[in-house]
Amino acid sequence: MLTVSGLHSAILKPASFTVGAGECVAVRGPSGGGKSALLRAVADLDPGRGDVRLNGVAREAMPAPQWRRRVVYVAAESGWWADRVGDHMADPAAAVRLAAALGLPADCPDWPVARLSTGERQRLALVRALVLRPPVLLLDEPTGPLDAGSTTLVEECLRAELARGAAVLLVTHDPAQAERLAVRTLYVEAGRVVADGEVRPCR
Amino acid sequence: MPLISLGIPDLMLAASLLLVNGAISLALALRLERPLAVAAVRMVVQLAIVGLVLERIFALGSPWLTLGVALAMALFAGQEIMARQERRLAGPWTYGLGTAPMVFAATLVLILALSTAVRPDPWWDPRYAIPMLGMILGNAMSGVSLALNALTVAAWRERAAVEARLALGAGRWEAMRTLHRQALRTGLMPIINAMAATGLVSLPGMMTGQILAGVAPAEAVRYQILIMFLIAGATGLAVLAATLAAVARLTDSRHRLRLDRLAPPRG
Repeated sequence: MLTVSGLHSAILKPASFTVGAGECVAVRGPSGGGKSALLRAVADLDPGRGDVRLNGVAREAMPAPQWRRRVVYVAAESGWWADRVGDHMADPAAAVRLAAALGLPADCPDWPVARLSTGERQRLALVRALVLRPPVLLLDEPTGPLDAGSTTLVEECLRAELARGAAVLLVTHDPAQAERLAVRTLYVEAGRVVADGEVRPCR
Repeated sequence: MPLISLGIPDLMLAASLLLVNGAISLALALRLERPLAVAAVRMVVQLAIVGLVLERIFALGSPWLTLGVALAMALFAGQEIMARQERRLAGPWTYGLGTAPMVFAATLVLILALSTAVRPDPWWDPRYAIPMLGMILGNAMSGVSLALNALTVAAWRERAAVEARLALGAGRWEAMRTLHRQALRTGLMPIINAMAATGLVSLPGMMTGQILAGVAPAEAVRYQILIMFLIAGATGLAVLAATLAAVARLTDSRHRLRLDRLAPPRG
């Protein structure tokens, strides 16, 4: 589904890997090693070279915004451009359903962004990406600041995404989370991306 | 009404007022006496030189000399834009992005005014062209430098918000729209405020000067209104062109935010 070959940038050494439909691949490694840079390069948010394809179609074949609606990057620290949560959601009805699955109340679209807690921000940033129903999700520590209960809800939600056929590239510091969700792991250290063999079958 | 000419003794008398300021500074230990003296001397020397230069230029009446002076003014204004940026674009971009739109807008507006409303003979008569260009450039310069500074500072500070929009599939113009709009407002606010307050709070310098020189107030007011419109038109055009170019330079054709194109902040 997502095939990456020879992707490199100012930070990344050439990386090649694939993520199949319904597969989750964990990305692990020390802080500052280039995990976020890898995700950003795949999303084409940083200038990079190499061949990146979705179902055989090169990203250069489409305008960058179209690519990024299909290969959605969710940053570890979310940015917000409007005052109200709901103004960030492409599909408000779907957003409420997804937010409920992540333990957020139905009136959350009306919340002011300024009053969100770190955990609420994190989950709502995931929601606004999921409403696009993208074939590929690039998630940068989606459960980093979350408590155990919210983490479980997010992981259930990600399993549902995998079940519908999404490909997920998941940066995580938690080896147990990688174990629970991922079929393979990529190690990123000093800009080098090293594929690690099969961990276990999906789900 | 004849112009009351000022002699050197008249100026000396006025300069003695600075001694009062100096005395206050010494008495209150403000340590402003040196900067005050330096600024006063600079003002006198700079204006004396400008007076001599303008006198020569008006006397010679050469179109090429007039053009040369206009260009020199524009390049100085561009330098001033550069100097007022907290985060400038790397390389010659800030200078180019600031100067080119300002020169373009000021030239357009000035030629429009000289060929329609004012119509001196010849149309490039330095007695009209140079002071009017000075006023237009000065204001366009302020607008452009404020707007560019607002844009680059906001792009740096709000990069997470801009990139969030890009990551969700927005195009670069959409992602930068809020920032661009803010920059435009920042650049245009001074001239809007100036127009709104003119006459009530401040009597514009040019109009006051014309009245002192013996021009009827109604006539001076018409000149001032013309100049304000020229300034507003030129500032609006220059700010729009400069910010559009800066948004384009801060992003790329693959709709990425390119903060790597900003020079490191100045220590």
